[in-house]
Amino acid sequence: MDDYKITTDALDDVGHLISERALKGETVLLNMGPQHPSTHGVLRLLLELDGEVVVNCIPDIGFLHTGIEKNMETKTYEKAAVMTDRLDYLNTVGNNLVYCLAIEKLVGLDVPARAQALRVILVELQRIASHLVWLGTHGLDLAAMSMFLYCFREREMIMDIMEMVGGQRMMATCIRPGGMWRDVPAGFEEAVRQFIRIFPKRIKEYENLLTRNPLFLERTKNIGILSKEDALRWGVTGPMLRASGVAHDLRKVRPYSGYELYDFDIPTQSDGDTYARYLVRMEEMRQSLRIIQQALDKLPSGPVRSNNRKFVPPPRAEIGVSMEALIHHFKLWTEGFTPTKGAVYEAVESPRGELGVYLESDGTPKPFRVHWRTPSFLNLQVLPLLAKGHLVADLVALIGTIDIVLGDVDR
Amino acid sequence: MAFWDYLPIAILFVISAGLAAIAVGLGHLFGPRKPTPKKLEPYESGMNPFGPGTRRMPVRFYLVAVLFILFDIEVVFFLPWAVVLKDLGITGLVEMIVFVSILVVGFIYAWKKGALEWE
Amino acid sequence: MTTGSVWEWIIKSVVIVFGLLTGFAYLTLLERKVLAKIQVRIGPNRAGPMGLFQPLADAIKLIFKEEIIPSRADKIIFVLAPIITVIPALIILGVLPFGGIITLFGRQISLSLADLNVGVLYITAIASISIYGIVLAGWSSNNKYAMLGGIRSSAQMISYELALGLSFIGPILLSGSMSLHDIVAAQKPLWFVVYQPVGALIFWIATLAEVNRAPFDMPEAEQELTAGYHTEYSGMKFALFFMAEYIKMIAVSAIAATLFFGGYRFVLEDQYPILGPVWLLGKVIVLLFGMIWVRATLPRIRYDRLMAFGWKFLFPLALANVFFTAIGIVLEKLWLIPLLTIAVFLGAVVMVGISETRRWRSHVF
Repeated sequence: MDDYKITTDALDDVGHLISERALKGETVLLNMGPQHPSTHGVLRLLLELDGEVVVNCIPDIGFLHTGIEKNMETKTYEKAAVMTDRLDYLNTVGNNLVYCLAIEKLVGLDVPARAQALRVILVELQRIASHLVWLGTHGLDLAAMSMFLYCFREREMIMDIMEMVGGQRMMATCIRPGGMWRDVPAGFEEAVRQFIRIFPKRIKEYENLLTRNPLFLERTKNIGILSKEDALRWGVTGPMLRASGVAHDLRKVRPYSGYELYDFDIPTQSDGDTYARYLVRMEEMRQSLRIIQQALDKLPSGPVRSNNRKFVPPPRAEIGVSMEALIHHFKLWTEGFTPTKGAVYEAVESPRGELGVYLESDGTPKPFRVHWRTPSFLNLQVLPLLAKGHLVADLVALIGTIDIVLGDVDR
Repeated sequence: MAFWDYLPIAILFVISAGLAAIAVGLGHLFGPRKPTPKKLEPYESGMNPFGPGTRRMPVRFYLVAVLFILFDIEVVFFLPWAVVLKDLGITGLVEMIVFVSILVVGFIYAWKKGALEWE
Repeated sequence: MTTGSVWEWIIKSVVIVFGLLTGFAYLTLLERKVLAKIQVRIGPNRAGPMGLFQPLADAIKLIFKEEIIPSRADKIIFVLAPIITVIPALIILGVLPFGGIITLFGRQISLSLADLNVGVLYITAIASISIYGIVLAGWSSNNKYAMLGGIRSSAQMISYELALGLSFIGPILLSGSMSLHDIVAAQKPLWFVVYQPVGALIFWIATLAEVNRAPFDMPEAEQELTAGYHTEYSGMKFALFFMAEYIKMIAVSAIAATLFFGGYRFVLEDQYPILGPVWLLGKVIVLLFGMIWVRATLPRIRYDRLMAFGWKFLFPLALANVFFTAIGIVLEKLWLIPLLTIAVFLGAVVMVGISETRRWRSHVF
């Protein structure tokens, strides 16, 4: 049965990354993914195992490459917005937001106060939804299977709110350059308040199941320790960075969309292990609730979209009575608007870290270059560092704790 | 009559084995078979596997096996002793304590030597 | 010895085997329903009323599924492995008393297949054999995931068998016999779980590991090893592994009920012996429900910790349990046993708690 040997051709383009021992057959090479229950999508890990200890872990990405960056260059600025949802499909509203913020910066568009507050509410709801998916799948990876369904029960409430606002559960694209697509419907405030009422009890329920559970501690404490220096060196952001003791959060450091108006804390931990990251994310959900509560309490009334007709299409009612509105409408939906030459970079704090977009305009209605700085991609880089020396069983905990979304990694 | 005591077990064994064989046979009979080379490859998360599937395994597992053999045989000694302990009384207890002490010394030795550590 | 008793044995064997098969089928349904209830879902409800025909539908589906034998597999062992796994699960209950003696068609029929005077030994022996099937399945698949799952499971099962074997000693000491019939009879005044609370707990934990149930479902840890030792199996051969696992769950629950919870005995059983199997079934269902509940609640324990738990905690504790039980019996003060063993158990838990906290604090492991 030992008649076939591993040759370097069989290792396609990763052969140079594995050790001599693997080629001699002293260690086992094992593919984990792309088709594997716990690689959170189509991540492929080439593992070099000494028994059950991970000697080497080589992430192989690109199985979900969609070419979104290139595709966006073929669309007008407004139309390309719809593609942003598909990047990080657990943070759709956040992707919309950063893209719209970049356009607004590029062309100098104002956003009404009500739209800003609504954006904050939606993005924070989305953050909770994303953390819920993380918690559910992380729990499932460690075989706490009920966790998954409890989290999805609450996520469903958020999805219903999203559907109410944008007509779709996930890819709503309800944030547009200059404000919101439409004002929120009548039941919105009540639905969000309902969620705020229920959710703190549910967080407590999750914590009862996991936080003090010895089996969970066993699986997360001291697993995948990421030091502060390493985190900074590798460009790690988001909860992973904060769990390593750096209180860096773009909402505080570089407030956007009116975050400076709200009172909230940035949870940090100093251990830098999987458990610390768990604690940080759990606390972030509570902080998000605080933000939503405040934003909802002082939600201003007024328009939700800018009145600048050079960039924002006029409402339907105006088209029937105003010639000018008709012309603007026609221009915007056929040709699009044309920013002046230049480039901007805008970033927001996504549930996974710094989500940035770089837009370069060459003075035509379509972007010359769109580049996304996606947090999952940069956070995933530390996986080999974290995995070395751990057991295979810890690997699933590590993939879970990095909270990757493959749509975000591969773009 | 010891043999007749075991006959029912033998009957049960034959029936169970027959049932298991029938179950596998049913699958062979009714299941479709359309093999392709790709389908018959060992599953490794959708990629071509590297090297053979059965390879040398960490020595830990053998260590566990050896320890098991040592201690399991000692556990078997408990069974007859447990049946007659009431008759043996305090003598039987003392004898077993001596026996267990030797076992425990061996166990502590293995523990201290790190035979029970996985890493 | 007559032909009549041979026929009796054959009929009883068939009843046991088909009873276990039915039990297996409805256990899968019970598990799915209970899990669904715990997880605020509905569970199977399409096939028949309340999903009652779901097991049947599953069986038919599995029969008509494509059988795949991987090209690099060791074909004979690959086909034999599921059969080797399922046989011990089916025959382990051969020595179990399901009830007293009933009169049927004018014949005195005892509700058990065989009364071996080494019943407990038989159970431990048969329980060990099922490891072979799993190891061979893992090895013959020629798949790394399966291989790892196979040897993991063998190491796990043999480690927990020590504690399991030792927890059998308590009831034997108390009843002075290895026959399960005598053990049940000895529990007439009081269930052994009263004298053996720690023993029963060890038995239950060890059986969870022995039948590969959560949180010890290491060999088939789907999040790590895709499906463990049965990664390459499909169709009926897969069904046999599945069957073995669930029948073993039923079997160990029945054994636990017999050793610690009075077996088939309960109220009114003396007057109406036919109630024996009913009570036994009730106790088994309660224990099975416990297993399902644990699965819904707890995360999986990591492999190295699992081995450490078995060797460093459960094994010494089981040894101490036997020792204190023997002292109580020799001194003829049975009430001492639960007091001493629970004290030892609590002491051990506190010690583990302290050392674990220190380990987490110190950042070394």
